[in-house]
Amino acid sequence: MSAMEETSFKDLIVRQRPGVGKRRFAFLVCIVISLLMMMPLAWLVRSSFMEMGQIFIFPPEWIPQPFRFENFPEALTVIPFFRYFVNTMLILVPSVVGTLVSSSLAAYGFARLNWPGRDLVFGVLLSTLMLPYIITLLPTFLMWSQVGFINTYVPLIVPNWLGFHVFYIFLLRQFFKNLPRELDEAAEIDGANPLEIFWYIILPVSRPVLLVVAILSGLNAWNDFLDPLVYINSSDKYTLALGLAQFTGLYTSQWNLLMAASTVIIVPVLIVFFLTQRYFIEGVTMSGLKG
Amino acid sequence: MKRWQTPLHSCRAAGRASGTRMTQISTSTTLAERSSGRSAAAKRKLSRRQRRELYWGLGFVSLAVGGFILLKVIPIVASFVISLTDWNVARAPSFIGLNNYMRMLTADPLFWKSLWVTAYYSLFSVPVSMAFAFALAMLLNTRIPALGMFRTLFYLPSIIPVIASSILWLWMFNPDFGLFNAGLDLLGLPRQRFIYEEGQVIPSLVFMSMWSVGPMMIIFLAGLQDVPNQLYEAVDIDGGNAWHKLRHVTIPMMTPTILFNLLISIVAALQTFVQAFIMTEGGPNNGSLFIVFYIYRKAFQEQQMGYASALAWALFLVICALSILVFKTSNRWVFYHGGDD
Repeated sequence: MSAMEETSFKDLIVRQRPGVGKRRFAFLVCIVISLLMMMPLAWLVRSSFMEMGQIFIFPPEWIPQPFRFENFPEALTVIPFFRYFVNTMLILVPSVVGTLVSSSLAAYGFARLNWPGRDLVFGVLLSTLMLPYIITLLPTFLMWSQVGFINTYVPLIVPNWLGFHVFYIFLLRQFFKNLPRELDEAAEIDGANPLEIFWYIILPVSRPVLLVVAILSGLNAWNDFLDPLVYINSSDKYTLALGLAQFTGLYTSQWNLLMAASTVIIVPVLIVFFLTQRYFIEGVTMSGLKG
Repeated sequence: MKRWQTPLHSCRAAGRASGTRMTQISTSTTLAERSSGRSAAAKRKLSRRQRRELYWGLGFVSLAVGGFILLKVIPIVASFVISLTDWNVARAPSFIGLNNYMRMLTADPLFWKSLWVTAYYSLFSVPVSMAFAFALAMLLNTRIPALGMFRTLFYLPSIIPVIASSILWLWMFNPDFGLFNAGLDLLGLPRQRFIYEEGQVIPSLVFMSMWSVGPMMIIFLAGLQDVPNQLYEAVDIDGGNAWHKLRHVTIPMMTPTILFNLLISIVAALQTFVQAFIMTEGGPNNGSLFIVFYIYRKAFQEQQMGYASALAWALFLVICALSILVFKTSNRWVFYHGGDD
């Protein structure tokens, strides 16, 4: 792919300043890669509008003829999508709130207060990022089943209230650490205690990063598959991800319906992504930066 | 502290730096105290202040530390204890010593197979997706038009729920009506069976993993943007070309970011699950029996909690060994420049 373009662009490069030619080449490569990366999504959309007959034509056609919009209502009724959406939100909302509360409290404790052993405790917490999830999942599952919470949303929500995803604590701590110290000191002189400083001073100026954490953890709950798979067994309590997986097992050859169902689970994510893209990218950037 | 330093290293650095920070704060406090003319009381007040910060600090982190103990420390210990039993939901567990581990190492070819499959996938997908993410970041670090749009498009596939992308790729890999065989036909190449053939299933899944390198790309891009321009200018002055810049400036300056992405992607690759569950069910001929999928099957389909816990411990030890290996060798290839900001 790139070798061919390189030769065809050599002529151009000679005539112009080297920087321009290189940039033009980079631009073209970007276009080609974008097209390639969007192709699966085009395939998804195209398949979700097709009739069964057309989907099995080979070589494949790209334009559905006719557009079969019924795929969507059909996919949405075969599986109670609305119910699964509600179920997913019943997990997502308390999980996001819990993550925000527990992670921001911990992050403040690690970033703005000086206490002996603080960095050691944080280091130990952070090291659990390397812990394979499955190793804790098995005993945790047995624990929840001992106290009778299997087939409820409790095991899916509670860990978020206990700062389970250390990554968010890390992200918030990075942000809090870079806020000017004077903020706390001024409030302290006025007699505010750390909780008041946290609530009235730090949180209001941290809205962007809190939004990042809310988006990332919300997405996490939306996409989560292994946890609902393990903890939820009755189909009326399924989440969207779990419902989609079950749908896959039942309708293996009805690709148009499967693609329509997949589109339905993807579209909300895309909308959130486009609305909050700036925060999104910022959040990911922050995760790798600023020691 | 260096802006682009990796977080895992930063804990070490933070440990070192905290001493300095503490002194800074205490100086500022004593100054404040002195200005109020009570330096004798300052010392006692300082320690009281420290105690107060300790209580508050512990209070703030208590939820997270409680979660750490309840959902991580206790489960890890419990997992090891369970791995020494024949725990099975149907009957009471009894202690069987290291039998599960013996069985795993000597009498379970599927364990070795799953270990091999997972290692093969990781060794293949980690470098390939990292190189691809790096190349994309390099492209986005040029001054071309519509940069924001390209960044969005390259990132977009990464946000798609893995369950949906697995179904989509399953359909694209379809040997009879899928997108990829249509493409191969178009290029005049022989058709393939992709995930339906043991020899191709892992390469196919590696190819799929290249689709969602967005976060890695963004982290690389941020690292690239922090490489000081003077270094490139220096190469220009010395008459170096683009390759010299990449080899002697970009890559050395990016090694901390590379280390970070390497660790994150190794840990993620070793825990691949959904692809196996949705797309291949571990097949064909256990050719994609990822270890987490195997553990899931043993634990939740065959109810062998004891044996599954032993398998989980094996994975845990592999990850520990690999991270230690990466960290130990990292001081040989990771370059931390001395500047401070």
